[in-house]
Amino acid sequence: MKTLLDEILQTTQSVPAYEAKDFKPDVDVRWCAGCGAFSVLSPVQRFLPNLNLPKEKIVFISGIGCSGRFSYYVDTYGFHSIHGRPIAIATGLKIARPDLSVWIATGDGDCMSIGGNHMIHAARRNTDLNIMLFNNEVYSLTKGQASPTSHPGQITKSSPLGSLEDAFNPASLALGSGAPFVARGIDKDRQMMQDLFEKAAKHKGFAFMEIYTNCVIFNDGAFEEYTRKGIREDHTLMLEHGKPMLFGKEMDKGVRLDGYTPVVVNLRDGEYSENDVLVHNEKDSTLAFILANMTYHESLPRPIGVFLDLERPSYESRVEAQINAEIEKYGEPDFDGLLKGKSFWTV
Amino acid sequence: MPKFIRTVEDATIRFAGDSGDGMQLVGTQFSETAASTGIDVNTFPDYPSEIRAPEGTLYGVSAFQVHVGSKKVNTHGDVVDVLVAMNASSLKVNIPRLADKCIIIADMSGFDTRNLKLAGYEDNPLKSQDLSNFKVVAVDIEQEVKKLLKGSNIAPKVIKKTRNFFALGLTLWLFDRSQEHALRWLSRRFANEADILEANTRALQAGYDYAQNSSLLDFQYKIEHIGLEKGTYRNISGNEAVALALVAASQKSRLPLFLGSYPITPATDILQYISALKRYGIKHLQAEDEIAGICSAIGAAYGGNLAFTTTSGPGLSLKIEAIGLAVMTELPLVIINVQRAGPSTGLPTKPEQSDLLQAMYGRHGEAPLPVIAARSAADCFDSAYEGARLALKYMTPVIVLTDGYIAQGSEPWKVPLIAELPDITVKFHDDPATFQPYKRDPETLARMWAIPGMQGMEHRIGGLEKQDIKGNVSHDPLNHQKMTELRKAKIDGIASDIPDAKILGPDQGKLLVLGWGSTYGAIRNAADIMQNEGHQISHVHLRHLHPFPENLGTLMDRFEEVLVPEMNLGQLQIILQSRYLRKVEGLHKVQGNPFTASEIVEKISSMLH
Repeated sequence: MKTLLDEILQTTQSVPAYEAKDFKPDVDVRWCAGCGAFSVLSPVQRFLPNLNLPKEKIVFISGIGCSGRFSYYVDTYGFHSIHGRPIAIATGLKIARPDLSVWIATGDGDCMSIGGNHMIHAARRNTDLNIMLFNNEVYSLTKGQASPTSHPGQITKSSPLGSLEDAFNPASLALGSGAPFVARGIDKDRQMMQDLFEKAAKHKGFAFMEIYTNCVIFNDGAFEEYTRKGIREDHTLMLEHGKPMLFGKEMDKGVRLDGYTPVVVNLRDGEYSENDVLVHNEKDSTLAFILANMTYHESLPRPIGVFLDLERPSYESRVEAQINAEIEKYGEPDFDGLLKGKSFWTV
Repeated sequence: MPKFIRTVEDATIRFAGDSGDGMQLVGTQFSETAASTGIDVNTFPDYPSEIRAPEGTLYGVSAFQVHVGSKKVNTHGDVVDVLVAMNASSLKVNIPRLADKCIIIADMSGFDTRNLKLAGYEDNPLKSQDLSNFKVVAVDIEQEVKKLLKGSNIAPKVIKKTRNFFALGLTLWLFDRSQEHALRWLSRRFANEADILEANTRALQAGYDYAQNSSLLDFQYKIEHIGLEKGTYRNISGNEAVALALVAASQKSRLPLFLGSYPITPATDILQYISALKRYGIKHLQAEDEIAGICSAIGAAYGGNLAFTTTSGPGLSLKIEAIGLAVMTELPLVIINVQRAGPSTGLPTKPEQSDLLQAMYGRHGEAPLPVIAARSAADCFDSAYEGARLALKYMTPVIVLTDGYIAQGSEPWKVPLIAELPDITVKFHDDPATFQPYKRDPETLARMWAIPGMQGMEHRIGGLEKQDIKGNVSHDPLNHQKMTELRKAKIDGIASDIPDAKILGPDQGKLLVLGWGSTYGAIRNAADIMQNEGHQISHVHLRHLHPFPENLGTLMDRFEEVLVPEMNLGQLQIILQSRYLRKVEGLHKVQGNPFTASEIVEKISSMLH
């Protein structure tokens, strides 16, 4: 069945040789100076030429919060939606238009709080969406209230005596919801971000990326342990598929399993060697849960990188397959016959 | 037995029993038979919100009412002429609805000690004088079907379940209708279950024969054929009609169809119906909640689909914020709201018209949009189709109001050919050199539409106020005023694209009865009665509630009084009074039941005297 869309959307054309500047629209970027969001925007604009898609096939959808402005700042198609709903809107778009590459810019309030329901169900459904969760552990656009990822005791304008809530762990939430691709990035490491986006783009299905973005105004330094040179080496575990989990300035510490519990071991005192240390496997979902669960443990380094990268058929591809199977079975549809139904009579 | 023939213009039959007795099924079979054999039909299912309420209880009674006639019957019938009561409770709760001399076909097996106790009867009413106003035909249907199928290998459980088809056979004879339609349905439905097919087929015939030979039934109804214009007809419910209208509009506009929806009574049928249409290339999403239902539809509309969402009152409340986004981004979207009695969970299976003000004004900010209401089951097709036409032509969300009465009720529908439906032409803007996202068509004020995938027209839209023409984010005070007024002017301008309100009756006089939505049938019948008695009254029924037809004000001025009967506490009344600065009388009913014609006749009479 041909529709008007089949006529107006060119299917075959060569992709121009884009540069990052081709994805910069002629508008002022209005984030605060030093905002972590800049450190997401720039690798996005730099990786898009490598996507090998004409720019009209790319859509950025955002919600409300500082991250919401993102869709205005990339010169592709863009939709700045309402609070909490970008994933729901993107879901409809991707089902209707599987030919598009759909990206979502959302925040810890937008995605984990008001939009939490859409996030978990999109993960379960496995629609091919690329989620960039800008996690700054605070509500910034409303000027500094506690968010679902604020840590217990955090002083904010809505928790002046310290937050009484435990924080969501976005990576665990995504894994628990069935997301087949789960990763954590960090704003200060632009090359790593760029690699991450490329990997997410290649993944056909729901790709969830939690990105630590520093809010210079309302929660400055929240991620300093994981970003400041000289400190970060001892507090982050950079995940690499097939590589042992080593960290530390001298790469002399490792993570090993004691039963089901990850523990840090020192490789210098002779008790343990590299062979005792966990080896990362992006295809192992059990390991992904263990890694995600290390988050917020004081004694453990914070894992950064791809936790899980599994392929399973995306929702929209299942929709297409079901439609094709039905058309195969019943032949070219008869719409007038559908209107008439099975029990009709003639006067 | 020799029988009398009783010729009538119309009659109403009500099938009532336990939720599990299959009353909805045989009611549907009866009405499809009646319609396909040339008499008019209007139906209304009336069932409890419990799926299988405890057997035999008063609150577990499920009923299906069918009004048949030799001319357009318009409603499901004010009073019941034939009641099928499968147990004591279904008799008791329906007694207030019965006409004098109503025939009560009662299954005695449902009037045993236990059933009588559950219904609160001390003595068996079938044996007392309480029913002396009615004609009681008491049959032990359970014994009859057991006798009939004795010696067969059919399980007793299956045999007991054929009571409804026995009752159907009985009523088919009473109205002189053939069993053919029901037999065809049975052989289709139970093609692979020979014992069930045999049991029901034989029960149907036995019921028919029983009536023919019974000395209790001494007459048969005769209803003349209704003179219908030539064409192909089918029975259709409002919910089916909505689904088909969107399918037809998608064909006509040549856009793919997308439904984003979340189950809610009484709108769920539409989602179910659409979900079975994959072979027609139709996509849908059963979303995680009402909000995702509409948001996914907005996403699909953004991608160039004809998108719609379906819901009922509480769901509409949840969708309201997203409707504001569709207003702001000026994307086409059809929102079907099958109204039910509220507020909150209210009476979820019962109809009401109390979402009109929500549909009109229930948004933050100045967010006007077209509001359309369907008047009958078949009219749901035309109304939803009109909703799609306006949405695409004016780049706007449109709310189409139906309600539980017409959504679940059914009537014969003359099936149109898609080629003959009103034109819906969509043209995407295809020239990058002249593209500006908020540049408008000077006539319709609809903004230019380019969708992702179209080269050279990459642009950003969103909920923030947009600069006129260019569509960039703008906080300019004068721009906001201009855009707010433009959005209003666009919707107001639709008035010149819709037909004038049509007056049924003299074009001036003492009283105008002005209605909207599913009250059409009751008002129509009441107006007929009054007009036939020579009263100077007329009837106007509105499809377009926002904007109103251009002639509405002058039309109202030609009548001394205006009466608006509605199933709410006066919502259209309020709008008319403020818009036209004139007094409008209301008749308000919020009982979970549609109006009867006699209630409206009574009100008209009191106003005329």
